[in-house]
Amino acid sequence: MKRAIIAAFAAIILGSGAYADTIKIGVVGPFSGPFALQGKNFKAGIDAYMAMHGTTVGDDTVKIIYRDLPAADPAQSKALAQELVVKEKVQYLAGFYFTPDAMAVTPILKQADVPLIVMNAATSAIVTKSPLVVRTSFTTWQTSTPIAKVAHDAGVAKVISIVSDYGPGIDAENAFKAGFEKEGGAVVEAIRMPLSTNDFSPIMQRIKDSGAQGVFAFLPSGPTTLGFVKAYNENGLKAAGIKFFAPGDLTQESDLPALGDAALGIQTTFHYAVSHDSPENKAFVEAASKAIGNPAELSFPSVGAFDGMNVIYKMIEATGGEQDAQKAVDAVKGLSWISPRGPVSIDPESRHITQNIYLREVTKADDGSYYNKEIQTFEKQGDPGLAAIK
Amino acid sequence: MQTVFSIAIDAFAYGMVLFVISIGLSVTMGLMRVVNLAHGAFAMIGGYIASYAAQHLGLGYAVAVLLAVVGTVIIAIPIERLLYRRIYGAPELTQVLMTIGITFCIIGIANYVFGPTLKTIPLPPALQGSADLGFRSIAVHRLFAIVCGLAVAGGLWYAIEKTAFGVKLRASVDNASMAAALGVRTEIIYAISFAVAVGLAAFGGVLGAELLPVEPYYALRYMVTFLVVVSVGGAGSIPGALLACLVLGGIDTTGRYLMPEFGEFFFYLAVIAIICVFPRGLAGRAR
Repeated sequence: MKRAIIAAFAAIILGSGAYADTIKIGVVGPFSGPFALQGKNFKAGIDAYMAMHGTTVGDDTVKIIYRDLPAADPAQSKALAQELVVKEKVQYLAGFYFTPDAMAVTPILKQADVPLIVMNAATSAIVTKSPLVVRTSFTTWQTSTPIAKVAHDAGVAKVISIVSDYGPGIDAENAFKAGFEKEGGAVVEAIRMPLSTNDFSPIMQRIKDSGAQGVFAFLPSGPTTLGFVKAYNENGLKAAGIKFFAPGDLTQESDLPALGDAALGIQTTFHYAVSHDSPENKAFVEAASKAIGNPAELSFPSVGAFDGMNVIYKMIEATGGEQDAQKAVDAVKGLSWISPRGPVSIDPESRHITQNIYLREVTKADDGSYYNKEIQTFEKQGDPGLAAIK
Repeated sequence: MQTVFSIAIDAFAYGMVLFVISIGLSVTMGLMRVVNLAHGAFAMIGGYIASYAAQHLGLGYAVAVLLAVVGTVIIAIPIERLLYRRIYGAPELTQVLMTIGITFCIIGIANYVFGPTLKTIPLPPALQGSADLGFRSIAVHRLFAIVCGLAVAGGLWYAIEKTAFGVKLRASVDNASMAAALGVRTEIIYAISFAVAVGLAAFGGVLGAELLPVEPYYALRYMVTFLVVVSVGGAGSIPGALLACLVLGGIDTTGRYLMPEFGEFFFYLAVIAIICVFPRGLAGRAR
């Protein structure tokens, strides 16, 4: 019975795919709720790509179907993906802000014959779960490793690591530790604090008492980051010369107006800054700003979505609109192009994006707004996290 | 020793911020017997008004605070007259459903009007920066929050325990129909207490914004913390709430300093222990 249902599924999917002249892409992301801003950025990136490159590939029209997943919820994520595949008959699944949501979808890809293009979820392991996963965002390992070199080059030998106690936080802690110890530095203490922490004064006291010359921090962007950076300034750590290192999640562009002067001078490493100086990025920012409405809300998930669309368009081109997930994924292995963030390519082995990671410093522009100023480039960074989990 | 002092100072400051934000809820829950889950929403409205006034209208901090309190009360008046009046004396479940509904509406409206990004309330130069206490430095606005917390505690205690209004309020709460029979206008008493509670929520929202930044999900994010403070302190008791804030602030801060990995384990352990020993809270009144 089960076999028969599966066969029926496959028949429906294959049958409809072959004759479809409208190619549907199912995008799952947080479009409402506390993370709605990130979902909005997905949509802005996708809209920008379609505004710049048209809504047709060859003879086929591309149609995006959005599904809202307000918070990390693997069961709901899987249900939405199944609904998209079975009822909407999508040929591609894309989006996914949180790691658990993307992980939950990987088991159905082969059976559904659908590739998954991850536009944000940043845990290294996702790409190993299915050969049909391609990722166009970044991993926490990828963005956190170069900052270890920055810290070492700044003459810091002892660092205390402070992260929020959840998946990406632990990834960041491990990535920094591995990178920093390779450079010859020492992580004197590694603290994991609960996600719900509001008052960071005791943590700041702990940093002071540890005798470290610098602090490496990772927190989810939003209210907690604001509290942390303010506490860092107010408790006199900045004045005491304790240096602050973090991946770029902490200084994402949409938080900068709120962080204000408190963030000035903070150095972070990340794969994309809205201020990146290139003609590709200029065109992208213009189109994406138009799509999102308020340019101040534009941030990194938009570029992951933009490049994700580029990958999907290439896949549609390669398969001629036929449903063939393996062929589609094979077609983009090794694909390289100039993204708004700089030159990128899809690593044929891991199917993760290889890209430049930039060291940026929060700087005040002439018009009083704050931006991430790129000051150093680490070229062609792969994902060191994959080696670490093997 | 220095570390002990440091933790004590942090604990005291955190406790006072908690107190200012939660005390309004203690008033509605203890004195008016309304489980007001929309308390955080009113605090958030206060934060948004202050942020808008300070950032877009360019008003000073004091004016922004005043405007936030008054503005939130004005917004709350029709809500009280049309919605809350129906649930006075209703079963708790009805009150919870109604107020959580109001909270979701306010979150949606705030998200639509102000967008999902963080809003800050710029501090005046006098409250910026940090003060040197000799052995460590502390943010000036924390000292300000401590002073405000003490002032609010003292003012409320005086108003409820020592004034004619306080007598009428306590009478209305204990037995509304008897108080009404004795010529107390209970409706007006309730309306004024509600306004005060909402005003305090708004004040707390603005004052605590440095610690709990204003964004649309503020209303739900910190709800548990507010409820914990009220239930540990004993609903309606000003000294109880003050004591609860200081105890919880102390435990939370110490736990976070010594064993951050345990997270809020000690905080909730303390809550469970206190509620087991004092089911009505530290200073709760028997009914």
